[in-house]
Amino acid sequence: MTHSIVPVRVYVAVWSALIALTITTVAVSKLELGEYNFIAAMTIAVIKGSLVVWFFMNVRQSSSMIRLFAGAGFFWMSILIVFVLSDYFSRGWLPGPAWWK
Amino acid sequence: MAEGDAIPLESVSIGPAAIVHGGAVRHHFDTAEQQFDSSTLGMWVFLVTEIMFFGGMFGSYTVYRNMYPDAFASTSHFMNVTMGGVNTAVLICSSLTMVLAVHSAQIGSKKLLILFLVLTLCLGCVFLGIKYAEYHEKWVDHHIPGPGFRYADSRYFHQAQILFFLYFAMTGMHALHMIVGAGLLTTLIVMASRNRFSAAWYTPVEMIGLYWHFVDIVWIFLFPLLYLIGHTK
Repeated sequence: MTHSIVPVRVYVAVWSALIALTITTVAVSKLELGEYNFIAAMTIAVIKGSLVVWFFMNVRQSSSMIRLFAGAGFFWMSILIVFVLSDYFSRGWLPGPAWWK
Repeated sequence: MAEGDAIPLESVSIGPAAIVHGGAVRHHFDTAEQQFDSSTLGMWVFLVTEIMFFGGMFGSYTVYRNMYPDAFASTSHFMNVTMGGVNTAVLICSSLTMVLAVHSAQIGSKKLLILFLVLTLCLGCVFLGIKYAEYHEKWVDHHIPGPGFRYADSRYFHQAQILFFLYFAMTGMHALHMIVGAGLLTTLIVMASRNRFSAAWYTPVEMIGLYWHFVDIVWIFLFPLLYLIGHTK
């Protein structure tokens, strides 16, 4: 195998970070931050997900080919969400023809 | 043949350990490394299809949450954050035991490998048990979409059903993936106890590990979306 064996302390450190972030996200959700509640929750989720992908799924030591595939998956997922949102958010911005309504 | 242009050792000879443990390099691969990388790539391609599969559900969640933000916010009071939070921690711990299982395979310790696989399986079952308790709670509260659905705030009767439908669809598909994962882990435990793995060949442990972590990531996103957002409203 090409991969060098990752020391256990790295895994334990990542695990502690994930647990700490879980506690943080629950704590932050109790605060009144308006729109920032959503932003904070999603930011923490993205950080947690990235930690799992990078360390636990060992993309850190993977070939560029595997990184490309993994990246493409998440990139296409973001296209899906961003394009759907741009549709729903921009509805009614422009006056449509009379028969449209 | 001159000594200088000898064929690389790993492409012609396979270590006795590799033969015993089923890790022989198949004839269409040059090296064990290439074979392992191909398996990893194949697994990632499968995981990309899984990302797209869950992506559809996350997409519809985004649309409906955008259309009915107040109704969705009102439902989050009926989500059990304690159970969801504990389940998040349980899954994160199971991901740790899963990487430790891969680590044990890498160092060639059969005993530790089996121990960590069993621990991962147990944590997966704890997750499913808590999930069952949550579903039961929803059942008792009549929060299952359909004819028996009841909702405290009559304004949101119809819209809240959409959220609960998405809740059951997303957590249900996630739970189904956990059940499949539990089956795969059981297979690994049996294979490990029959000495199928060695430090030279443990590809299935690594691949099922990737699957298990992926399922963990899905939950990492489901937890804030379904349980935490709108909690303060």
